[in-house]
Amino acid sequence: MAKILDRRRLVPNLHLIEVHAPEVAKKCRPGQFVIIMPDERGERIPLSIADWNLEKGSVTSVFILVGTSTHKLSLLQPGDEVPVYVGPLGKPSEIENFGTVLLAGGCFGIGAIYPLARALKKAGNRVLTIIDVKANYLLYWEDKLKAASDRLFISARDFALESKDYVPAKIEEVAKAEPKIDRVVAIGCTYLMYRCSMATKPLGIKTIVSLNPVMVDGTGMCGACRCTAGGQTKFACVDGPDFDGHQLDWDELFKRRKSYFDDEIRSLCHWERSNFP
Amino acid sequence: MAEEKKDITPEQKAVLKAEFDKDWRKEIRKALPLKERMKFGRQKMPERPPEERNRDFKEVNQGLDAEAAMAEARRCWDCVNPQCVAGCPVGIDIPSFVKLIEQGKFLEAAWKLKETNSLPAICGRVCPQETQCEEICNVKKSTGVPVAVGNLERFAADFERGAGNIVIPPIPPSTGRKVAIIGAGPAGLTVAGDLAKLGHEVTIFEALHISGGVLIYGIPEFRLPKAILKAEVDYLQKLGVGIRTSFVVGKTATLDDLRQEGFEAFFIGSGAGLPNFMKIPGENLVGVYSANEYLTRVNLMKAYDFPNYDTPVFPSKCAAVIGGGNVAMDSVRTSKRLGADRSIIIYRRSRHEMPARTEEIHHAEEEGIEFHFLTAPIRYFGDDRGRLTAMECLRMELGEPDSSGRRKPVPVPGSEFITEVDLVVVAIGQSPNPLIPQTTPGLKMGKWGNIDVDWKTMATNLEGVYAGGDIIRGGATVILAMGDGRIAAAEIDKYLRNKPRS
Repeated sequence: MAKILDRRRLVPNLHLIEVHAPEVAKKCRPGQFVIIMPDERGERIPLSIADWNLEKGSVTSVFILVGTSTHKLSLLQPGDEVPVYVGPLGKPSEIENFGTVLLAGGCFGIGAIYPLARALKKAGNRVLTIIDVKANYLLYWEDKLKAASDRLFISARDFALESKDYVPAKIEEVAKAEPKIDRVVAIGCTYLMYRCSMATKPLGIKTIVSLNPVMVDGTGMCGACRCTAGGQTKFACVDGPDFDGHQLDWDELFKRRKSYFDDEIRSLCHWERSNFP
Repeated sequence: MAEEKKDITPEQKAVLKAEFDKDWRKEIRKALPLKERMKFGRQKMPERPPEERNRDFKEVNQGLDAEAAMAEARRCWDCVNPQCVAGCPVGIDIPSFVKLIEQGKFLEAAWKLKETNSLPAICGRVCPQETQCEEICNVKKSTGVPVAVGNLERFAADFERGAGNIVIPPIPPSTGRKVAIIGAGPAGLTVAGDLAKLGHEVTIFEALHISGGVLIYGIPEFRLPKAILKAEVDYLQKLGVGIRTSFVVGKTATLDDLRQEGFEAFFIGSGAGLPNFMKIPGENLVGVYSANEYLTRVNLMKAYDFPNYDTPVFPSKCAAVIGGGNVAMDSVRTSKRLGADRSIIIYRRSRHEMPARTEEIHHAEEEGIEFHFLTAPIRYFGDDRGRLTAMECLRMELGEPDSSGRRKPVPVPGSEFITEVDLVVVAIGQSPNPLIPQTTPGLKMGKWGNIDVDWKTMATNLEGVYAGGDIIRGGATVILAMGDGRIAAAEIDKYLRNKPRS
């Protein structure tokens, strides 16, 4: 059992959850994830770690409302408990002085790139960060990321923000303005990571993406999260979650990501009917 | 395929002899001569009818009743030299518990079992007795039909649980020595039970959220009801064993971290949690599962009750399970229960080489499972959504025996054929889980990714660190894991006694 310290809506559809898990907090590194189960009947789902606090012994994630499990999470209140909170899982991201690193985060990934920005900055990198949002009211953590980065950019399809670019266009723009970019790290939905990888391929910039496929145990036991990288089958939970975006079989990823699309809808309808008659 | 047999130690022999010479045993032997005993036929295990049981997840075998158990116990000759004990990886005093059942002393029989086996209700259900104790039973040698040791073990354990009369043995005062056990599967649970009974402070660290390891995520409800496992785990907790679930040793804390926290000895029983795939085209299509994933979804996450539970699993019209072991049988029978019209076993050798238990194969056949022998998949096909639609197979014939002694399957050229399937479960074995080896510097490994141990003591090359079960064997059986656990527990106790207090 793990206690919820905070759970609040950051922006529409995106929530923050802070959980008391001192052992996880002590061990976690940027790029890792936890597996959480909202209640006894819930699914085990992976959440990227967005922050942690050693004093409070807490770990924070940002998640997007998708199916039943995330809807259940979004109703939790401080003081509630979840039956499963396990981690930190997956390999930590590579942190060293690469030179100039461009981070791109969208959706829950805006949260997930925050520990990377801090660690990469600390390792001596020039850190450029792009936050991708659809509209201005979906922006969050820009202050935190601004503090952790050398420069912060926003890509949005919103004239209020004077931007109508999707993140790949922003990457190209930043790459043109910069003398050299040594690495790009993109975290967000599969489509965002795919588009970022496609944008950097012709530029020849090594691009790391953090996969979030369907998982069950998260310890390499089941193989639900398998993907193809460099022509070989890998398990995202133990071989990843970080992979070279130019090596991945994206088509397979998209298809496997949608494995349970129909079931997710069925499950959510069932849950809504039983809880909100 | 006979399991390895351990020699009975002289001490064990002395104990068996002392029991054999007790007056009550003599009286029972006198009461009914061998000739009479040989006339009794084996009591049949009551089973639910196949057409009823293949639609739900309730247990197939219903267990002997008291009368049948006593009748079965009468078949045992109480041999002066009981072979059966040598066939048992944990060395249960089989004649004693069987004769107690013959006398109607069912609770005493259960306690006798628990002297050597912490999990009798489980072993009575899932042990391959036919290749162990029952294989070398003297009654079998003479009449062809062994005493049903497994069914009797199950009976005694179930009787004790049903009577609500679980006795907690006296626990010696705490030794104050902390032992960490990694993995709450059959090996770890056995070590925990044995060491707790000796007064050590035992904590089990389990990665999943429920204890049991393969007993909870792998073996289905219809073969091992989870309530039974829960009762056995509760018993261990009553012995004083602490269990930390959702704790991944290697990630949440390493072995060295635990050492810093004051743990003095370790047992690694982290299992064979790494599914093998065949590395053939299309294996990552949606609808191709590893047996681990398929069974975990259904058993641990209760996907058979979706959407009352949130975890889904694909139903199917035609499910093909690749492999011929017990895991393959569990998977294929599960697919039938989830509503498949056709559930098929695809096995590359012939029936004779199948590693699954005879009982499981028999049950599967009764439930309408189709068997396709000498066949292997070579490719899977999917639709434009990436979902499995068909598989291409190749016929095999048996060639010369390979290193395992089984005849090696050889492809028949030009025998390819394509068949429609909408679910495939790959059940071709597991490899040891790499998490602990990867995060424990200096731990000596074998060539299959297994942890290397001294087989007499289960000690690894690191001081105070022992290992057993599938992490040292690859995919093996519950009872072999428990056998490893018993040896390791005794050795850990010895190690702690000789080690000065830190």
